[in-house]
Amino acid sequence: MQKQEFTITVYTENHIGLLVRIATMFSRRKINIESLNTSPSEAEGIHRFTIVINEFEEVVRKLARQIEKQVEVLKAYYNTNDEIVWQELALYKVSTDEIAEKVKVERLLRENGARAVVIRKDYTIFETSGHREETDKLVEVLAPYGLIEFVRSARVAIIKASHGFHEKLKEFEETEPGEDQVENEFLDKQNEVFTM
Amino acid sequence: MMETLAVEQEPIVTKTQTLSGSQAVLEAFVAEGVDTIFGYPGGAIMPIYDALYDYHDKLKHILVRHEQGGIHAGQGYARTSGKCGVLFATSGPGATNLVTGLADAMIDSTPLVCITGQVYAHLLGTDAFQEIDVINITTPVTKWNYQVTDATEIPAVLAKAFYIAKSGRPGPVLIDITKNAQLQQFDYEGYQPCTHIRSYRPKPIIRKEYVAAAAELINKAEKPFIIFGQGVILGKAEKEFKAFVEKTGIPAAWTILGLSALATDHPLNVGMLGMHGNYGPNVLTNDCDVLIAVGMRFDDRVTGRLDKYAKQAKIIHLDIDPSEIDKNVKATVGVWGDCKETLPMLTKLVESKVYPHWVNRFREYQLEEEKEVIHEELNPSTDILTMGEVIRNLNELTDGNAVIVTDVGQHQMVACRYAKFNQSKSNVTSGGLGTMGFALPAAIGAKFGAPERTVVAIIGDGGIQMTIQELGTVMQSEVNIKVLILNNEFLGMVRQWQQLFHDKRYSFVDIASPDYVAVAKAYKIEGQKVSQREYLRDALTTMLNHNGSYLLEVMVGKENNVFPMVPQGCSVSEIRLK
Repeated sequence: MQKQEFTITVYTENHIGLLVRIATMFSRRKINIESLNTSPSEAEGIHRFTIVINEFEEVVRKLARQIEKQVEVLKAYYNTNDEIVWQELALYKVSTDEIAEKVKVERLLRENGARAVVIRKDYTIFETSGHREETDKLVEVLAPYGLIEFVRSARVAIIKASHGFHEKLKEFEETEPGEDQVENEFLDKQNEVFTM
Repeated sequence: MMETLAVEQEPIVTKTQTLSGSQAVLEAFVAEGVDTIFGYPGGAIMPIYDALYDYHDKLKHILVRHEQGGIHAGQGYARTSGKCGVLFATSGPGATNLVTGLADAMIDSTPLVCITGQVYAHLLGTDAFQEIDVINITTPVTKWNYQVTDATEIPAVLAKAFYIAKSGRPGPVLIDITKNAQLQQFDYEGYQPCTHIRSYRPKPIIRKEYVAAAAELINKAEKPFIIFGQGVILGKAEKEFKAFVEKTGIPAAWTILGLSALATDHPLNVGMLGMHGNYGPNVLTNDCDVLIAVGMRFDDRVTGRLDKYAKQAKIIHLDIDPSEIDKNVKATVGVWGDCKETLPMLTKLVESKVYPHWVNRFREYQLEEEKEVIHEELNPSTDILTMGEVIRNLNELTDGNAVIVTDVGQHQMVACRYAKFNQSKSNVTSGGLGTMGFALPAAIGAKFGAPERTVVAIIGDGGIQMTIQELGTVMQSEVNIKVLILNNEFLGMVRQWQQLFHDKRYSFVDIASPDYVAVAKAYKIEGQKVSQREYLRDALTTMLNHNGSYLLEVMVGKENNVFPMVPQGCSVSEIRLK
């Protein structure tokens, strides 16, 4: 087993201070957060954290449990890259003169699916979204033509197998939680347990 | 400015009752059945103290000498009463002084509600006098914390605080209330206790399949072994646990916080686990075929080297906190749930059995430990007093009915190894955090939590000097506690390690003591010092019979070691008897 990229998705209440509470889960274990995004989710009033780390699965599993234990956290999931669809947004500022002069730049931008967001006399801002390798590649090809500024957002990800949080939230709102709410991992390992 | 604005903007309607935020805090306490508050006033919490002035018939307030003392007292109170400890501290240093106690309560799962004062909301973030970001400082050491800046939030926030502190796996909660919110008048509509928070599930749902799977493993076992922790006490499941042990006939050993959940003289109680635990339980952990862990968290001091811990055994782990299962030791069957509910389910499914040969193996190891360690510790052949014989005498005099509060170090290990307990919630110690200075204030709280019981604080000469100022609290509150100092003129546990693992290079462990009896006297507490065996028994009797608090200092052997011992990095079965 080796370290790999995991995306942790955390559904939470939208409360002040929760970011710190979640962040300390990582810093306490000396784990570097590669990317962190907070946003609203599909369920009203529920916030969604998307956190990317490089770790062993065992570590991530325990971490997800510790996060889920926090009072204001409803649920924490973790997934490998092939279990999610993910995107990062990048912005590039380049000199407008360069683009106008050099036809090659225009072609490069088109090939990389870049869209112009702002066009001014002195500079133009392009955006792309995609995986890290794709946004990195455009940085590389633009470099010789004078990339003035570059920034990339945190990852946002959708879990392929997820049915969203609407139904889950209803269960959480029940005072007496239903059977479905139990996510005892041993459920998947019934055969192993019972044949031992 | 802000609070007057808030008041002015309120619509003039038929008011149920107008209260200040401070009064709402105290109303919440009364509604939650709080009877004792430990605290220390200061600028930012003055409105609450002002309101408290009118509540003195409903709420007893114990003025401590330091906020750390206050929070340890709150912990002691919670541990002996089974209720929630409550305390007040002011902003800034008052709040930061709570941090050690919060960390201690967090790791030992002690329910606490701490109220800290905070500067006016409009001063937040301005580096105002005694302003500190207490929420962020305490985030890693609280189960939950929250800052109130508007009094209308107070009833609901306090209801949530008590609910979170006490439910599920208990823990400390800190509520920081800005001064304007304490002063603010608002329409009070009564107190509603909290029973549900949608993002918080204190108790996982019990799945019968896993209880059944656990029972099947137990029924097939030939050498099963139960290890239990504080979960049994916190779950108030002592009776259920005893019934389970007795029906299955399985020997049971305890973690330091599980101590007293099962009477120490119970025939199936085989002793203490871990680094300074008993010989049999440690060695046989690596020999049993089914290990049943009840309400414990496999701390490294219990498991020793993890990759050599009970590898041969199937592990059943009962815990209310799902994140504990598989955290340190991989469970074969994890039974999620409150052991108050899971144990009876399990008891129903297990066969009634006895394991005479297996239980006898624990006895054999016990005999060897008696011969090599225990006999000499409890009945020394030299003139030098041992900690063990002090505890033996204390056992004989209290008959195992006292609450024993210990600090941290050698005396703690000796006291926990040898103290006799007949009833639960009798052992109060700082287990997870190992906080020196815990015992004296915790004993004060323990006595308020269990006023009818004898409370003996056993403390080393290091620990007592960390919170000795709480003798002032003892004096003023007139609490009746027995302070038993076991003085070996060293920071004994560190010295023991330096002797065993650092070539006897005694680096800064030689600690001088004041004249404790004189110090006590200055606080109007009677006491005496004993260094000879012939006076020990009488001195202990005097201490126990004294009407009021008493301090007894016993001079014990300087370089005695606590054995057995599982050296760090070794397997539990590599436990040394000398």
